[in-house]
Amino acid sequence: MRRALRWLLAVCVVAATTSVALAADLRPLVQSLGTGGYAGTEKGLAQLSEAGDPAAVPVIEALQAGDLYVRKADGVVVIARKAGSDYALTDPLGGASLGEAPAGAIEKIKVNNALRRAISASLGALTLMSPDAGIRRSAADAVFKSRDATALDALNTALAKEQDSSVRRAMEQARAAITLTAGASDEDTRVAVATLAGRSDQDALALLSSVASSSSASETAKAAAASAIASVQLKLTLWGVAQNLWYGLSLGSVLLLAAIGLAVTFGVMGVINMAHGEMVMIGAYTTFMVQELFRAHAPGLFDLSILVALPAAFLVSGGVGILIERSVIRWLYGRPLETLLATWGLSLALQQAVRSIFGPSNREVGAPSWMSGAFELGGLTITYGRLWIVVFAFAVFAALLVALKRTWFGLSIRAVTQNRPMANAMGIRTAKVDALTFGLGSGIAGLAGVALSQIDNVSPNLGQGYIIDSFMVVVFGGVGNLWGTLVGALTLGTLNKFLEPYAGAVLGKILVLIFIILFIQRRPRGLFALKGRAVEA
Amino acid sequence: MLTRFFLMGLDRKAGVVLTILALLAVLVPVSTLLVPADSPFHLSIFTVSLLGKYLCFALLALALDLVWGYCGILSLGHAAFFALGGYAMGMHLMRQIGPRGVYGNPVLPDFMVFLNWTELPWYWLGFDHFWFAALMVLAVPGALAFAFGWFAFRSRVTGVYLSIITQAMTFALLLAFFRNDMGFGGNNGLTDFKEILGADIQAPGTRVGLFVATVVALALSYMIASGIIGSKLGKVLVAVRDTESRVRFLGYNTEHYKLFAWTLSACMAGVAGALYVPQVGIINPSEFAPASSIEAVIWVAVGGRGTLAGAILGAVLVNFGKSYFTGALPELWLFALGGLFVAVTLFLPKGLLGLGAQLMARMPKSKSLPNGKPADQKGM
Amino acid sequence: MRTKQATSVLGLGAFAGLAMGAMMGMAAPALAQDTIKVGILHSLSGTMAISETTLKDVMLMLIEEQNKKGGVLGKKLEAVVVDPASNWPLFAEKARELLTKDKVAAVFGCWTSVSRKSVLPVFEELNGLLFYPVQYEGEESSRNVFYTGAAPNQQAIPAVDYLMQKEKVQRWVLAGTDYVYPRTTNKILEAYLKGKGVKDEDIKINYTPFGHSDWQSIVADIKKFGSAGKKTAVVSTINGDANVPFYKELGNQGVKAQDIPVVAFSVGEEELAGIDTKPLLGHLAAWNYFQSVENPANAEFIKAWKTFTKNDKRVTNDPMEAHYIGFNMWVKAVEAAGTVAPDAVIDSMVGVSVPNLTGGYSAMLPNHHITKPVLIGEVQENGQFETVSKTPGLVPGDEWSDFLPDSKDLIADWRKPMSCGNFNVKTGKCGGKGT
Repeated sequence: MRRALRWLLAVCVVAATTSVALAADLRPLVQSLGTGGYAGTEKGLAQLSEAGDPAAVPVIEALQAGDLYVRKADGVVVIARKAGSDYALTDPLGGASLGEAPAGAIEKIKVNNALRRAISASLGALTLMSPDAGIRRSAADAVFKSRDATALDALNTALAKEQDSSVRRAMEQARAAITLTAGASDEDTRVAVATLAGRSDQDALALLSSVASSSSASETAKAAAASAIASVQLKLTLWGVAQNLWYGLSLGSVLLLAAIGLAVTFGVMGVINMAHGEMVMIGAYTTFMVQELFRAHAPGLFDLSILVALPAAFLVSGGVGILIERSVIRWLYGRPLETLLATWGLSLALQQAVRSIFGPSNREVGAPSWMSGAFELGGLTITYGRLWIVVFAFAVFAALLVALKRTWFGLSIRAVTQNRPMANAMGIRTAKVDALTFGLGSGIAGLAGVALSQIDNVSPNLGQGYIIDSFMVVVFGGVGNLWGTLVGALTLGTLNKFLEPYAGAVLGKILVLIFIILFIQRRPRGLFALKGRAVEA
Repeated sequence: MLTRFFLMGLDRKAGVVLTILALLAVLVPVSTLLVPADSPFHLSIFTVSLLGKYLCFALLALALDLVWGYCGILSLGHAAFFALGGYAMGMHLMRQIGPRGVYGNPVLPDFMVFLNWTELPWYWLGFDHFWFAALMVLAVPGALAFAFGWFAFRSRVTGVYLSIITQAMTFALLLAFFRNDMGFGGNNGLTDFKEILGADIQAPGTRVGLFVATVVALALSYMIASGIIGSKLGKVLVAVRDTESRVRFLGYNTEHYKLFAWTLSACMAGVAGALYVPQVGIINPSEFAPASSIEAVIWVAVGGRGTLAGAILGAVLVNFGKSYFTGALPELWLFALGGLFVAVTLFLPKGLLGLGAQLMARMPKSKSLPNGKPADQKGM
Repeated sequence: MRTKQATSVLGLGAFAGLAMGAMMGMAAPALAQDTIKVGILHSLSGTMAISETTLKDVMLMLIEEQNKKGGVLGKKLEAVVVDPASNWPLFAEKARELLTKDKVAAVFGCWTSVSRKSVLPVFEELNGLLFYPVQYEGEESSRNVFYTGAAPNQQAIPAVDYLMQKEKVQRWVLAGTDYVYPRTTNKILEAYLKGKGVKDEDIKINYTPFGHSDWQSIVADIKKFGSAGKKTAVVSTINGDANVPFYKELGNQGVKAQDIPVVAFSVGEEELAGIDTKPLLGHLAAWNYFQSVENPANAEFIKAWKTFTKNDKRVTNDPMEAHYIGFNMWVKAVEAAGTVAPDAVIDSMVGVSVPNLTGGYSAMLPNHHITKPVLIGEVQENGQFETVSKTPGLVPGDEWSDFLPDSKDLIADWRKPMSCGNFNVKTGKCGGKGT
């Protein structure tokens, strides 16, 4: 939006002197966008971008954003933007206000995929001279993608004036892509191959391969392409390994988040907590509720909703956990198996409760803008959402570690779980510590729910998908050892991701399970076994 | 010798269980096939199949109780043995369809035909013979249990670690059987059976026959299990459950005892699965789901762990409740079922069979710890 | 010791008696009926509840509306709802319960092939009627089942045609959940694409388990496959729960519809309700109905639905329309036959034609499938689909695919005298391919 306005302003200034005559020429072309359905719009768009007039840019941008409408009364094409309950109409050429109209009086010019592609290509060609380097760069990328030979002249003109080196490189690559696609002299081909060799990605590889296998290219060009392909492939392979490591880390941190609450309730307290997954689910639903509140009352602050959801989910899940502990679990200490039975029953009831309250279908949890999209790091694609989840998982782990090792509360927890009567004798109120510990584990599960709501379904079945993996992680790492849970989660995640490309997703998972079974044969107490007499009990 | 073995473990409770089973084996066929349909004593075929299903689950629960209640091995993967037995039977029934499948292919099951398999995979060979399938019903779960137990018990994997790797085992099998490339029909599983041992599988006579077979299998397994428990072997098993290391120090090779009980239990579960499949008409990988195994544990706990009759009672009761509530309270039945589990744990720690004992124990003073009951202990 | 055992024994005996009594009660014949019962066999719990609960609600609404119009044959309809709990053997058990205990006149239900395969023998044995409302892989035609969802030729093939013609797609990723519907659909599509000259190396097939939630590697693979210089599209038969994480990952990794469009056969308005659709703008779905279709019948249906559920945000989708069509067909057939007796209804079903919600009529064919229009829609920012293509006429459902070697010679026709679900036109015999 802001970008559009700025560009609009620039266009106005540049075109101020000549605009009257040009706008008159564009008018019938703009008008033709509104007739003849998708095909008509596409034809109009083609003519509009052929005219090469920057004044057309705001029109095309409005079309892309879905703001271009036809006024039903007279068939005039207008830009309409929501203003209160009505729409404010403006002239697409020049931006003069045309008053307001109700929704029923105007009809949107529909856009499909083919049109979207055409829009990107023509905007690319038309915005190569934009004063904003960022826009010029994305314009060059758009041309690279479309490989539209008609943009070549505009590209050359833009290159002649370009000062910014990174934009320059993007433009040269775009030109190289056009050259290779359209076919060119031997000299040009070789220059293009050299340019593209610097861009070590799949797109470059595809273009280079087309040279290497083409019949028209000379032997020297082919040889240059072949050596470029070899170097690109090597880089891609190395980046591929790094990418897999990242995926492994990311999957591992999801497993860590899911399992870390269980490491407290099961690992530390010995409760076989089958309702752990439901605590995660409750956290996810809390996120949904918080977001609903934001949507209703403060849509402008939506990006902060996740930050508010974190403490809310911790408190809600933790509260439910304390309730469960006080009403059910506390009668069952020392009888781990019965906790399995009771928590299984609770998990069924909680799922059904959520289903009755929120309905069985998925709920929409939106991603704040700082968790959407991805960035490139060398040859790595890292999505912001996953990055934050990795950071968050480690932060939660560290916080829990500090809480258990460095606070009085943590000390009491360790005392009670290690020797209950002794702790009691020392004046620790064990019942209270039990309740708070279970609440802590459940609250952490709730935090995991906030994170998982960003990547998975928010449905009553959410928890079921993670409960088995969580138990595997805790047991693999060694019950009662937080470091074990950390290492276990990361090992299993990475292993899974390295197996997946070779064995496929299903077989990969089966192999990981077999690995766990065999590993437990070697180390019957998990990776980080607790030692000492208490273990045998 | 054998008769002594069987009779040794039989006490009065066993007498009652066997009497009830015998009554079922006689009364059900009579009231289904002979009593006219409008009489209040008539049992519909639907009910017979339902009862048959419950008893298959009861057999699974009995098998599980043998290892968990008496040997202290909490298996969260017993449904895997059940399902493997079921698949062995299902493969036989698939082969029996012959050219009556929708494509009319005399050898290949329908799901192979439309996924363009050209010949039967080697592991399907032999299943056209009933004796071979029957052997596999015992051999496949037995072999898996033996191999799994051999490694796990020798490595002294115990307690929750053992439980979780049994869970990993059934989960891995679930994923494997879901794969269509495995040649077991993927998610659709095996279904649309036509006949068993030459009899139409949907005919009332066949269904009653299958029911009676289930009752007989359950009774036999009950006798075997109580025979073992009453024997010296049983005493060692109970000792292993209560303190394994002490038994080991006394010179017993506990691994062998555990392995025996474990493998036998898996075979029983396999038989249960094999009887289950023709009665419900489908076998599908979801039987391997970890939740199914956990449910089986819950049946045992509801009925009373460490009492064979309790396992049977729990399985029948919980499944009856499930059938009833899913029809009567379709929207709320999970609350009812979940509430039942919580209530049983809180108020009936020894299960339903323990309830009577608990009430009795309050009145007279004398209280002894019978050898069949697990002591209140930390282990699982 | 003795007393203890005695109590246990007593308890056991008492229980056995109770259970038997309860069984007898369950089996007691139903009393004289002054209503017509209709069974609804959709999972209300477990993994499938997410999709099926809506269908239960829509059936209740349709039955309520029919009763307002005076019911059927002068009798009120009564819905019998059971919960098969996403458990396949339980589907068969509940189907048997509905047919024998509740004596329902027809059953509307099931979702996924395995549930249908599980109940199929029950319906054939007890001669019941089942209306199956979901798109499926075909390769089946039963006398007792009416398939109101799409067969592959009513969904998959038109979608691929659209991509080939309008989007000029040359390279294909066929991604699906590993079960029979995606497997069969992909087999059909593979044969179809190869028939159109697509080379082996331009087709990539990928299967994932149910509920797959970590799509990072697969989406990256799709991007890689799609950057080979040829226009690439993904044909997704990914099922249910796995879709939300899949689409979230697509959005995050920036796979835009204008570069690599994804066309889905199992993603409708209901599934999109759980996702932020802004990054998914322009991805496609092929169905026989979209909520966004503008015509009076649909507007009325949507309004009734929102009123019935007392929720303005509830969406409608394709399987709901299939139940709408199926239910109205059943009502019409029952009224034509003058009875709810299965044989009479089955005979009068074929040829029944009722209005669908996209502005035309759907007719029941002799193979127990129906005629439908095929719509291709693009995802919009508001979670709805915008129709970008619609077949000019109605497409008749083809149960035996012409693109699979073993089924191309088969047809189904349940009219007398043929009355056969797998008639072989080559051998002129009923009973499949034969030897």
